[in-house]
Amino acid sequence: MNKTDKKGYFGKFGGQFVPEALLPPLLEVEEAMENIMPTEDYQNELNDLLTHYVGRQSPLTFCPNLSAKLGFKLWLKREDLLHTGAHKINNALGQGLLAKKMGKTHLIAETGAGQHGVATATAAARLKLRCTIFMGAEDVERQSMNVMRMKLLGATVIPVESGSRTLKDAINETLRFWISHQADTFYCFGTAAGPHPFPTLVKRLQSVIGREARTQMLTQAGRLPDVVVACVGGGSNAIGMLHPFVKDADVKLVGVEAGGTGEPGCYHSAPINLGSPGILHGHVTMLIQDEDGQIQPSHSISAGLDYPGVGPEHSYLADIGRVHYGMICDESALNAFRELTLEEGIIPALESSHALAWVLDHASELPQGGDVLVNLSGRGDKDLGIVKQYIQF
Amino acid sequence: MSQTDKSRLQIAIESAKKQGRTALIPFITAGFPDMDRFWEELQAIDQAGADIIEIGVPFSDPVADGPVIENASRDALARGVTLAWILDGLKQRAGQYKAQLVLMGYINPFMQYGYEKLAKDAHQAGVAGFIIPDVILEESQEIRQALAPYDIDVITLVAPNTSLERMKEYAQSARGFVYVVSVLGTTGGTVDLADSVTNTLSRAREAFDIPLALGFGLKEPSQLDVLPSDMRPDAAVFGSALLRHIEEGKPVTSFLAPWL
Repeated sequence: MNKTDKKGYFGKFGGQFVPEALLPPLLEVEEAMENIMPTEDYQNELNDLLTHYVGRQSPLTFCPNLSAKLGFKLWLKREDLLHTGAHKINNALGQGLLAKKMGKTHLIAETGAGQHGVATATAAARLKLRCTIFMGAEDVERQSMNVMRMKLLGATVIPVESGSRTLKDAINETLRFWISHQADTFYCFGTAAGPHPFPTLVKRLQSVIGREARTQMLTQAGRLPDVVVACVGGGSNAIGMLHPFVKDADVKLVGVEAGGTGEPGCYHSAPINLGSPGILHGHVTMLIQDEDGQIQPSHSISAGLDYPGVGPEHSYLADIGRVHYGMICDESALNAFRELTLEEGIIPALESSHALAWVLDHASELPQGGDVLVNLSGRGDKDLGIVKQYIQF
Repeated sequence: MSQTDKSRLQIAIESAKKQGRTALIPFITAGFPDMDRFWEELQAIDQAGADIIEIGVPFSDPVADGPVIENASRDALARGVTLAWILDGLKQRAGQYKAQLVLMGYINPFMQYGYEKLAKDAHQAGVAGFIIPDVILEESQEIRQALAPYDIDVITLVAPNTSLERMKEYAQSARGFVYVVSVLGTTGGTVDLADSVTNTLSRAREAFDIPLALGFGLKEPSQLDVLPSDMRPDAAVFGSALLRHIEEGKPVTSFLAPWL
């Protein structure tokens, strides 16, 4: 694959667009990623935590009822069964452990819906680190249950009142805080985006999803899947799932962006499909922006996908055509949410419902008799309040 | 370096120095306090004795700025301020200002405008430099190359955690002046100059042979009194404090007077 040699770039995407004052802490994280993460000591401790604390490896579940309807075998990678209920814990614990080995005493993080905030607060509690979570004031109001979880776990939650009062502003505020508290603080970035080295660091920690799933497919299905599908917000579950299959040329890879209501001109969260290249949060990537380069508000029924940018490696994988990026609107996601719940007895997160919805909506184009693997990145309990507004039950 | 090679910005700071004073670099967000009064305030700042004026190009996600400038930026966007509006307005007034003009803004609006077009239009608008707080040396090549033919500088920023070695890497391409950030923080914060600024300025003096401007958290000349006399900056940048002053309805002359 043709990557430029410039540090932290994936083709023309990525980089390090940050104030000079942030460069030393970013270099420190990069050094730790290269020198501490590969050590036996770190790997053993992380694997022990992932196995006995998080509950890895997560199962690969065959879906008999949906498969019979669809005409191909549908498999789910069950990240929803992990401690705290989503893949986010893989990354938060990995970064938390790295922070601890670096001698940092304070974990800070942004959160949108609160899943990464809860995962970070959990890691901090377990690893005995202080924890501060920045959350858009609007999200604090919308996601009060997760705010309560974070506080119970001992974290300080700071509502961010600036800008659009959502995830992107929480990232801005966390970066600002990090500038002034870098000596003892580690920024536990929530997704495979941001300035180098975060896209690479998060990919390394989330790739456990795809590595396990690949081995499990070979064991349980006896072959690699024909298609692998994951939802994409910032893109951490997707890069973790898809990257270990990138070299398998016969495996079709699909990322699913959130299309919002699907009406023309509506706010959405699909920068690869509907955006253009630009620079936000430290890197070049596909963005939802106006012609003057101002970042536009995003929308999705799924708070975890509601972000105007996307990890730079996804922009690159789209650019070279290795991964197809589809788009699913709110209504299709809700339909998939209900289908999986009724047919297989699994309540999926609305984020993961987008990945499943792509499969349901494109079933006629998928290989009959083949194998389709979907990353079920999280469980849906957190979404019942939103779902209740749309579905009678 | 011969006089003719010197950038306009360096010359502006050195001529203030010859008068025995610190050069003044006030900052104002474009479109602040509103789109019409901005041009009046800009003229007032120029007449009050600014050596260089830093004009803020608003951005939706200003990660290096504190609340005062962030709010000014947000309000300006809500009023419809764009980079094109700023450059057009400056073109209409080209040659009117005694002070040199610098645009301060984040990279994305410049990227979307197109670096080549930006260079041409900035040249016609009389802009002598750009301060881009989210662009480090390694990412600066493209915009630097586009601006260089028009003698427009990309200003180097260094912070209290920038090593001497790193400053020396910057020194090879630094032009105009070096912006020394006084604190590890955002604009408009509180600042204890004596603590880290002396060290930062001392490293910067060793690394660079162009003037040093100190910024972030400056309000009154007495703040500089804590610095050793051989470690005074050549120029001082005021942003948040000046915006607050204007917002309170006070004339810019009364803000700048103590510095002159």
